[in-house]
Amino acid sequence: MLEPRPAASALYQVDAANPQRRERAIADVAMGLRRWRLAAALAWLDIRNRYRGSVLGPFWLTLSTGVMLLGIGITYSTLFKLSLVEYLPHLAVSLVVWNFISQMVTEATTSFVQSEAIIRQMPLPYTIHALRCMLRNLLIGAHNLPLILLVFVACGTYPGWEVLLAIPGLMLIALNGFALALLLGMVCARFRDIGPIVGSVMQLFFFLTPIIWKPQLLGEWAVLLPFNPFYVILETVRGPLIEGGGTLIAWLAALFYTSVNVVVAAVFLVRFRSRVAFWV
Amino acid sequence: MALIEASGLGLDFPYYHLGARSLKKRLLGNARLHTDLSNRVVVSALRDLTFTIRDGERVALVGPNGAGKTTLLRMLAGVYEPVRGRLTVAGAVGAMIDVSAGLDAESTGRQNVRLRCLYRGMGDAETEALTAEVEEFADLGEFLDVPIRTYSAGMGVRLAFAMATAMQPEVLLMDEWFLAGDASFLAKAEERLTRLVAGADIMVVATHDVAVVRRWCTRAIRMEGGVIIDDGTVEQVLGPAAA
Repeated sequence: MLEPRPAASALYQVDAANPQRRERAIADVAMGLRRWRLAAALAWLDIRNRYRGSVLGPFWLTLSTGVMLLGIGITYSTLFKLSLVEYLPHLAVSLVVWNFISQMVTEATTSFVQSEAIIRQMPLPYTIHALRCMLRNLLIGAHNLPLILLVFVACGTYPGWEVLLAIPGLMLIALNGFALALLLGMVCARFRDIGPIVGSVMQLFFFLTPIIWKPQLLGEWAVLLPFNPFYVILETVRGPLIEGGGTLIAWLAALFYTSVNVVVAAVFLVRFRSRVAFWV
Repeated sequence: MALIEASGLGLDFPYYHLGARSLKKRLLGNARLHTDLSNRVVVSALRDLTFTIRDGERVALVGPNGAGKTTLLRMLAGVYEPVRGRLTVAGAVGAMIDVSAGLDAESTGRQNVRLRCLYRGMGDAETEALTAEVEEFADLGEFLDVPIRTYSAGMGVRLAFAMATAMQPEVLLMDEWFLAGDASFLAKAEERLTRLVAGADIMVVATHDVAVVRRWCTRAIRMEGGVIIDDGTVEQVLGPAAA
C-alpha cells in the first residue's frame, strides 16, 4: 500500500537575485558524498554494462597491460642496456599507475555529458556524477594491480614497509580524479572540443613522463621533472613501491598540484554549478 | 503545509552548439530568441512568471507545444535554477516528468527498483518496503528478476508506473502522459493515481488534454511563449464545460 509521507517536509528556495552559489555548492558536495552508495552503484553498473557478455570482462585490461609490459619490457631493456630484472619493476609500476591516471583524466571529460539524461530529469547533487566517474576508474584501475605483484615476485623485488606510503599516493590520485571529474566534466560539457584536446595532451605526457624511461636518464635535466604534474603524482606511488619512498620534492609538488586542482574545481563548481543542466 | 510561490520567475535557454553565424541571424528573426550579454543565442523559455499555489490546489498547465510547461515543471522540481526571480517550494516534491530516466536496461526489474531507491536516497528498510510494494503492484511475476531490456512495452510501463507512484509526495508534479486515460492502463492504475492525487497537498500537471483538466483540476494556468496569459478556475480559463 502507499507509504506514509515523511513527517518533515522539504523546503526548496532559490532567488536569482541572491543565488547563494557558495552555500549551494557546499551543500552539493556534502550531499553527494553522503550519498556515495548511489555513486558506487552507478559506477558498478557502468563497469558491468561496459563488459557485458565478455568472458574476461575488465580483466581484458589486465591482459592487454600485461602484453604491453612484456613487449615494451623486452624491447626497451635491450635499448637502454638494462637487465630485465632491473627494468621491469619500474615499467610495471609506472605503466599500471599511468594507465590509471590517464583513464581517470580522459573519462573526467565526459563525467557530466554521460549522465545527461539523469541531470535533465532529476535534481541530484552534481557531485554524484563526478564521484561515479572516479569510483568507476578506481575499480577498473584496481584490476591491473595483480600485474605489479606478479612482476615483483618474478623479479624478486621486495619493498619494505615504506610501501604503505603508496596508499596516500593512491588517495592523492583519487582526489585529483574527483576534482578533475568536476572541473573537466563542466568545461567539456560547455566546450565540446576540449575532450579531444585532453586526449592528445595525455598521449603527449605519456612520452614526456618517465614511464618507459627512468628519470635518471635525463641527467642534469631531471631537476625540471617536478614541473610535470603527472610525474610527481606518479612518483607518490612509484617511489614507495620501488625506490623506498618518493622524494620530498615530489611529494610537496604533488600536494601543491593537487591543491591547485581542488581549488580551481571548487571555484568552477561554485560559479557554474547551476549552468551545468543547460550545458549537457 | 505545502506551498509554491513564484515571483518574476525567468529562464533563458542558451543554444550552445549552434555555431554558424548565418543560422544565428536567421533564428534571431523570431521574437523569443535574442542574444544575451555574451552574444549567445538564447530562447526565453520562461518570462516573468508570478503565481502562488496553496494547499489543496490542483493546477493544470495548459498551452501549445513549446509554451514552457515542462520547463516550468522541471524548474519546480529543482532541475533548472531560475536566472531571474524567486521560487519557493515547500513540501516533499514528487516529480513524474520522465519516469524512464535512470532506468538501467541491463539490470533486472528488482535491481532497478533498488537503483531508484538509491536515486531517492532511501534507506534499507524503505527500500525493502518499496520493493515489496512495486512487486505487488506491477505484477510482473518472475519477470521482476529478468533484465528489463527483455520487457515488452507494457511490462516496462507497469514497472515504471509502479515505481513512480509508490511514494506519496506532498507536491506532485506530473507531465501529461500519466493522467491521459490510455487504454493500456489498467483500472488498478487509475485507482492508484486517484489516491495519489487525492493524497498530495498540491498537484501541478502539464497537459494538452481538456478532459484531464476538467476531471482532475481546480485551477488552470494557460501559458504561451513562456508567459502566463491566463490564470483562474478551470471554467474561467477553458470556458464552461460542453453539455
